[in-house]
Amino acid sequence: MREQILSIIEKNSRIDIKELAVILGVEEIDIANELKALEEEGVICGYHTMIDWEKTSIEKVTALIEVRITPQRGQGYDNIAERIYKYPEVNSVYLISGGYDLLVTLDGKSLKAVSSFVSDKLSTLDGVLSTATHFILKKYKDHGTILTKKYEDTREKVTP
Amino acid sequence: MRNPLADKIVDIKPSGIRKFFDIVNEMEDAISLGVGEPDFDTPWHIRDEGIYSLEKGRTFYTSNSGLKELRTEITKYIKRTQGVAYDAAHEVLVTVGGSEAIDIALRAMINPGEEVLIPQPSYVSYEPCAILADAKPVIIELKEENEFRLTAQELRDAITDKTKVLILPFPNNPTGAIMEKEDLEAIAEVIREKDIFVISDEIYSELSYKGKHVSIVSLPGMQERTVLINGFSKSYAMTGWRLGYACAPAVIMEQMTKIHQFAIMCAPTTSQYAAVEALRNGDDDVANMREAYNQRRRFLMHTFKELGLQCFEPYGAFYVFPCIKEFGMSSDEFAERLLHEEKVAVVPGTAFGDCGEGFLRISYAYSLENLKIAMDKIGNFIGRLREEKK
Repeated sequence: MREQILSIIEKNSRIDIKELAVILGVEEIDIANELKALEEEGVICGYHTMIDWEKTSIEKVTALIEVRITPQRGQGYDNIAERIYKYPEVNSVYLISGGYDLLVTLDGKSLKAVSSFVSDKLSTLDGVLSTATHFILKKYKDHGTILTKKYEDTREKVTP
Repeated sequence: MRNPLADKIVDIKPSGIRKFFDIVNEMEDAISLGVGEPDFDTPWHIRDEGIYSLEKGRTFYTSNSGLKELRTEITKYIKRTQGVAYDAAHEVLVTVGGSEAIDIALRAMINPGEEVLIPQPSYVSYEPCAILADAKPVIIELKEENEFRLTAQELRDAITDKTKVLILPFPNNPTGAIMEKEDLEAIAEVIREKDIFVISDEIYSELSYKGKHVSIVSLPGMQERTVLINGFSKSYAMTGWRLGYACAPAVIMEQMTKIHQFAIMCAPTTSQYAAVEALRNGDDDVANMREAYNQRRRFLMHTFKELGLQCFEPYGAFYVFPCIKEFGMSSDEFAERLLHEEKVAVVPGTAFGDCGEGFLRISYAYSLENLKIAMDKIGNFIGRLREEKK
């Protein structure tokens, strides 16, 4: 049940307990208990809304920044990662295998805001060796949802 | 000018669905619950193999029976799901949808006047195909109190000296009924005793919501007297690819292949390459789609209960078959009024046989959001009908 609940609410966090109980064929109380447990265990860390900011009048830029760092004795990458994720404009921080160490995604109001964050804050941190900033030009698909096209039912309306 | 037509085909009634289709099509904003195909797109990795095969120039006929690779994958699939072995060289035929397999199986097995037993409500093509094969179709009317399963008694009562073949359409379109192992065992006994054959249309086999589907070929002595029909349309959401298959004892298959060879040549090559990928790497897709259908099925059953609409719980395919007898009107009338008053299209049960009277087929090959809107409208409609009756 846990896996089913998670896979449903990952796509639709607004679904209510009653409906979850109906479509999974279980009691409401069991769903409620499971959700509570998942929240307490930190498996469910929040409920967010997917927004395509492109379609609003609000200016926003998203950047992916590759960061190479020198790991610190006893701390590895964690210390620097923490210093980075504490900035509120930082959206996510991942430790990555391969050519660089941290992948930082960032939402800024403008290109200028992002570049000043990178040059003033990020690259001047102790232990940061280099950064490479990539700006997102267009989002085709995000969190499993296609943003560029609407679903259209092209089937014949009645078939045997 | 002489009459250019053959009486045999002129006498066959056009499908009841056709008439309804025309009305629905004229309504721009109707919400349809009338579709008999998945709402999912074919999984991308399967489409990609089809595209890749075109890029590589695999644009020629395959052998009449179909790609050897595909036939081998089919035998492996049946082995792993039913524990039954087929010889890919002599007992498997890749067809243009399950529909072609139904047609040629009947033509390969029937002599003029022999009887074919067709349980109804069921898919619209069995009866016409039987007639075209010069068989005499004999209808077995399935009953709601048996959850539209075929019972041994019903079968026994329908068998005569002329009975040759039983068509076994489970999981069933339009009722959603399934036959579980015990149900199959009971009828298999009659089939063996009376020495008749079976055409088992298992196109919805992957859409079973009460344990795994059991095929009649897995029962003792049944593989040798059964033509097993399945395909890719429903399980892998590949209706437009037109690809199905039949598995049968070599003696039957040899003749089916002959008809297929002369009438069709071979199933579409692109589709066959895509189907190999489906069977090799498509299990997760099938499981995900099955889970989505099952959630919708539970939602509909719950809503019917809330509305007080009588409906047995179906465990297969993607249809529910609620009973509307309480409203004192025919299925046709109900469906037409529902369409005009609430703009929701469902298919009258009578499109699948006379005994579908008093029932509707509602498809849940639609998103939950869509189903919710439609159910609200159906709720309004039957609320009004009940008021009228007072």
